[in-house]
Amino acid sequence: MGLIQVLALSLIALLLGQVSRQKWFTGVALIASILSIYWLQPSTPVRNLDFWLPTASVVITVAVWTSTQPAVSAERRQVLASLAAVVGVILLLSLTRYLGPLCCLTASRPPSILLVVIALLPAAGLLALSWLYPGAVSIFSRLALLILLGVFILLKTPPLAQSASAFLRSWSGQSIELANPSDLSWLGFSYLAFRLIHVLRDDQAGKFQGKSLADFITYALFFPAYVSGPIDRWQRWESDLQSRFTLVRSNPEDRFALTSAGFQRILMGLFKKFALADSLALISLNPQNAAQVVSTAWLWVLLFGYSLRIYLDFSGYTDIAIGLGNLMGFRLPENFDRPYLKTNLTAFWNSWHMTLALWFRAYLFNPLTRALRMRPEKLPPWLIILVGQTITMALIGLWHGVTWNFLIWGLWHGAGLFIHNRWSDWMRPRSALIEARPALARILKFSGWMLTFLFVTLGWVWFALPDLPLAWQVFQKLAGY
Amino acid sequence: MPEMTQNVKSSPSLASDAASAAPGVGWRFFRNVILKGLILFCLANLLFAGWYPMDELGRITAYNFLFPGRQRLPYGDHPERAYNLSLYNLNAMFASHEISTRAKPANEYRVILIGDSSTWGFLLPVEHTLTTYLNRRAVMTASGKQVRFYNLGYPVMSLTKDLLLLSYAMRFEPDLIIWLVTLESFPNDKQLYPPLVQNNPEPVRQLIQTYHLNLDVNDPSFQDLGFWQRTLIGARRPLADLIRLQLYGVLWAATGIDQDIPHDYTPRMEDLPADPNFHEFEPPQLPASQLAFDVLEAGIQLAGDTPVLLINEPMFISQGANSDLRYNFYYPRWAYDDYRLLMAEASARHRWHYLDAWNLIPGSEFTNSAVHLSAAGSQQFAEYLFPIIQEIIAGGETPK
Repeated sequence: MGLIQVLALSLIALLLGQVSRQKWFTGVALIASILSIYWLQPSTPVRNLDFWLPTASVVITVAVWTSTQPAVSAERRQVLASLAAVVGVILLLSLTRYLGPLCCLTASRPPSILLVVIALLPAAGLLALSWLYPGAVSIFSRLALLILLGVFILLKTPPLAQSASAFLRSWSGQSIELANPSDLSWLGFSYLAFRLIHVLRDDQAGKFQGKSLADFITYALFFPAYVSGPIDRWQRWESDLQSRFTLVRSNPEDRFALTSAGFQRILMGLFKKFALADSLALISLNPQNAAQVVSTAWLWVLLFGYSLRIYLDFSGYTDIAIGLGNLMGFRLPENFDRPYLKTNLTAFWNSWHMTLALWFRAYLFNPLTRALRMRPEKLPPWLIILVGQTITMALIGLWHGVTWNFLIWGLWHGAGLFIHNRWSDWMRPRSALIEARPALARILKFSGWMLTFLFVTLGWVWFALPDLPLAWQVFQKLAGY
Repeated sequence: MPEMTQNVKSSPSLASDAASAAPGVGWRFFRNVILKGLILFCLANLLFAGWYPMDELGRITAYNFLFPGRQRLPYGDHPERAYNLSLYNLNAMFASHEISTRAKPANEYRVILIGDSSTWGFLLPVEHTLTTYLNRRAVMTASGKQVRFYNLGYPVMSLTKDLLLLSYAMRFEPDLIIWLVTLESFPNDKQLYPPLVQNNPEPVRQLIQTYHLNLDVNDPSFQDLGFWQRTLIGARRPLADLIRLQLYGVLWAATGIDQDIPHDYTPRMEDLPADPNFHEFEPPQLPASQLAFDVLEAGIQLAGDTPVLLINEPMFISQGANSDLRYNFYYPRWAYDDYRLLMAEASARHRWHYLDAWNLIPGSEFTNSAVHLSAAGSQQFAEYLFPIIQEIIAGGETPK
């Protein structure tokens, strides 16, 4: 998101925040969310892909919702009305191709309306399947989960993404020689996938009660959080949706306070992202300068620059997202809580990208450790922790990209968390002794903070440098070799 | 993930938001904030436009303090790869240069080199420029002063640009000025084309008026700033450039890189077009009045008592197609031969200390243009120049 986009979205969010009628809000927020994902999607070298990717986001969202609905729904008219609105918006967007230079919502000229209709027909057919075969809804739900994971892996694995790009290029009559994994830059898909997987898993566990298609689409494509999170849960988001109407109608002081807080967060986010993070980007470690630095001290400076930059960049975007949500009357979950001030790695992961960590905890770590505990042959607790943390952190690493450096980054943190877990266990019986000596407690706290910060910062080397030999060289140089 | 918080904290609750807002305030508060903000913003812009402190801001630098000064003036086509950028603020340019480190030490004999991209060291890392090779000789004067060379070249061909930089560099009290020139810097129509000149209209106009140069003070290419360009909003680009120059200092210090040098480049042209013209001039003679000898003269005057060594810099001499007609891409033979004659005559007439090094370096030591030297070429040139410079220093003569 650029500055202009943030300003425009702030205005839209502010206007939406004034809408007090539920029906109106549902409709306008739905349209705004759909339009914004087309607008925010950057251009791609593959012809029309910047139109098809947001369209696919909408189709997948509708498909997931359909696969979670009971066979007979009393709300079928409402669903059809929402579907008509969605299709109408997409068709209207495709019509902007005839506006020529006036067209501004999509990154490039949309495909012809006939092509869009032809593409939407099979999508509609697929969606109708769950109505035609109500007994197979759970199969569709599992299928949707598999498709989401499949697309996720495809996009995040460079060789697969390259092949997919080559396929799409040949399909659109473009040279496959120029195929590149970055061609498939599907804005917001990671976060969309997390939200949809959460819904599918909750639905399979009988914990999802989403009724309104319009609300569901707005939740999944919620424009404040679409680009970089936070990853909100449906239950929390929906309760916010309901409470915002009371807030807008009958509580002007709270509404004002929330709007005011929203503006403050947006301004803070803009400053963090565009003033601090973007400036630090010039002096942060990257594959280019990592190989060029000639002194250990300066290499540390670049690494600390990267460490601060990645925090300011990401937390800046989160501030903007939360602020936009506030303007609309929502309270999106926090994603950061001063992570670099934490005195141990567990606390760091409880305060860094919190919604992602919570997601993995809910849908991977907890079920995995529960399964390990339930095994007939008893495993020692430390082994369960080791396996659970290593797999969870490895997958968090791979979420950033299916490459060795992200895997190592995840394992680095998995190992760190396990070591901290063992250390905490060892320290527990000694805690009273330490508390009796305030000076020692302070030293331990300070050492804990320093070690945590250094550990996390050194871990960024793996994150920033895809080339493993180069990353290793950097570690050697940081150590003065 | 052990001990992970059970629930993600939501952004500040409504209750706490409400508590943080003054009771009774409402949308009027927003209106007031926006109005006051707008007024302050307008005032800040007006004040900035009135004062326009870009010169003062340019002097604020982290170079020579937090990180070492640059060994050549800031210039960069690809800032993110060169860790360098082109800007027009002379104060900032010189403040980032090592020449601004501190007041000139009493035991330093200061030599500055001015000229074009060849002097600056295009396609050469900083350790292979002419200036660096000269500095490597680590020579002392008879009076025990350390001779120190400073690269103040800048990659555009225009004598007026050289004059502008020289006028600024004089505050650094050089003991000797080495001015490297080539014919391409001479045509009158090239004098005001460098963006550095166009974006410094006042000092250039002052030079034109002081030395009665054959240039128009009202030339439309001068970028005079209007009111809007002097506001904070209008000056955002030069302001951002000042900040970026400081930030790139970190990478300059960390890597020693100040130029993006490609692994391969198009080499200088061997086979030449059969075009006998030079700019709008046709054979057989160059009109001296259309060449900026007055700017050269102004530079020597500006140097005052400081000796100036004028050097006609080495150039590539082609052996390829049409080399009977032209020396290289820049110069037809007739024009360049005539220029050398004119330079020799002017030097003799004005008693300038002049060195014609035009054919000194073999063709193989030129890189992507007829004047850009390779590292070996630069070293060779430095070896050739050094005894001459040493002679000037040792003789204590005033070569004017």
